[in-house]
Amino acid sequence: MRSPRSLVGGSPEAAYEITFDGRELPAQDGQSIAAVLWAAGILAWRTTREGGAPRGAFCGIGSCYDCLVTVNGRPNQRACLVPARPGDAVTTQEGTGRADLTV
Amino acid sequence: MPTSPSDPAVPSSEPADPAPRTPPAPPAEPVDLAVVGAGPAGLAAAVTAAGRGLRVALLDAGDRPGGQFYRHPAPGLGAARPEALHHGWAEFATREAALRAHESAGRITHLPLHHVWTVVPGEGGWTLHAVAGHAPQERAAAVTARAVLIATGAYERQLPFPGWTLPGVVGAGGAQAMLKGGLVLPGKRVVVAGSGPLLLAVAGSLAAAGATVPAVVEAAAYTAYAGRLPTLLRNPAKLVEAAGYGGALARHHVRLLTRHAVTEAHGTGRIEAVTVARLDRDWRPLPGTARRIPCDALAVGHGLVPQLELATGLGCATRPSPDGTVALEVDAEQRTSVPGIWSAGETGGIGGAQLALTEGELAAHSVADALHPGQGAPREARVERLARRRARLRAFAGAMAAAHRPGEGWTGWLRDDAVVCRCEEVPAGRIREAAGDLGARDARTVKLLTRAGMGWCQGRMCGPAVAALAGQEPAADRRPFSCPVPLGHLAELPATDR
Repeated sequence: MRSPRSLVGGSPEAAYEITFDGRELPAQDGQSIAAVLWAAGILAWRTTREGGAPRGAFCGIGSCYDCLVTVNGRPNQRACLVPARPGDAVTTQEGTGRADLTV
Repeated sequence: MPTSPSDPAVPSSEPADPAPRTPPAPPAEPVDLAVVGAGPAGLAAAVTAAGRGLRVALLDAGDRPGGQFYRHPAPGLGAARPEALHHGWAEFATREAALRAHESAGRITHLPLHHVWTVVPGEGGWTLHAVAGHAPQERAAAVTARAVLIATGAYERQLPFPGWTLPGVVGAGGAQAMLKGGLVLPGKRVVVAGSGPLLLAVAGSLAAAGATVPAVVEAAAYTAYAGRLPTLLRNPAKLVEAAGYGGALARHHVRLLTRHAVTEAHGTGRIEAVTVARLDRDWRPLPGTARRIPCDALAVGHGLVPQLELATGLGCATRPSPDGTVALEVDAEQRTSVPGIWSAGETGGIGGAQLALTEGELAAHSVADALHPGQGAPREARVERLARRRARLRAFAGAMAAAHRPGEGWTGWLRDDAVVCRCEEVPAGRIREAAGDLGARDARTVKLLTRAGMGWCQGRMCGPAVAALAGQEPAADRRPFSCPVPLGHLAELPATDR
């Protein structure tokens, strides 16, 4: 079966795991967080501030900010730009991602 | 990305850190030329300028040179044949090799992961301020240069439709970028829609990488090119490229529907199907022609928009393009209207990688002539060839832009409840109300009344749509910062730059 990896003859040098909402996902050295999530069939990792609607990667190049996600507790990271690192804990970002600041 | 052995973050004796992301330090001394953007235009300019003896800093937001067009998998993904996802890979490979040679010789400082957010005049030239690296290790960086070349490229134009915020609806260029860079697909059955030649390339790549592409839905009619026959015949390479895409689509059994548009995406939680309708000449959906195509992803885009904020921030003059976007005004030597600032590639109007390579080289010769008059090898014939190639490719770009310019009727598929501004979740009805009942005549007034364009992306996604709904031609990108800048970086600026 054809795949992106077979097309370019890819054999990743290193594979590791990250977690998304506690679920372990395989990541390959050099993939962005958005790419790791897409590879696992996950297309949404954020809910919007007003409507609570699900969102994920849209523009894929850092322009649209729709793919904002919380990485290791730090919200509002662009998943399409940030490389996945071994052991990263990625969590769904709700609203502004700053619920911890509400009083 | 090679790192200097003196860089303490990556000891050379140990195995490479997975996906290293500590960017190198900028040069302490002023350089002759700072190039912003390492895509085809910026890369060609940097190596040409270094070849003419200039000291060059090449700043780029990405972690590898190539820009969006030559975006390729990180070394860790071990791609043996990155060229399988590319057109004209050799053009990139030779210039990347030249970049590495100039780097070793100390003529070019390549600064990946440097997102330039402003350029300001300074002593004897310009200061470029950048955010370097990824959070939480990001830091402020500055480069000073006698001349600046802006080669920031473009991003995708989106025309909204009901359902375009559903997960699984992705930019056509975005799908291509994620495939080229991360070797991933958004779904198994992907409809490709919008307008412009990028769609054919995207559909070909997705199909080659294993996706099923039930249809490419193109809003324009390819017969629009027929009136431009002389321009087409002067660009046989473009015709061969088009035939190549056509052949790839045929091999993968992809249907090409011209003068059709996706007018709605359906699904709950994620996309499950699209409605496709036939359009009239002005892109108005024709009643009774709608039908559904099941899919689990949609890659959509309506051409590209030049990314101009650094240039317009400096006061560079702009001009309207035949595709309905705004581009920089540049002269025959790629000079902008601001002395000391050059530009090349998509910033001067969307025209593709070949044109960007040509313009980058032309710009570099112009900068070298300006900084070191009379120095360098005889080169008139070479520059004349470049100028002729530029004229020929610009003519083709003009024909292409006119053929795919959105027709005014596209708002016919934009129901009042459809989101237009993705960041601030503003529906079309509220924008129509602002433009109609409240009398807003431009995108800026609509923004003040509705918050459309006021979110994270600063109108990059909704700008063309908001302008159309306000009954106005789109305006040039004007944003004080081209990316989010930590307040601490602003506080650290010397008082003269604030």
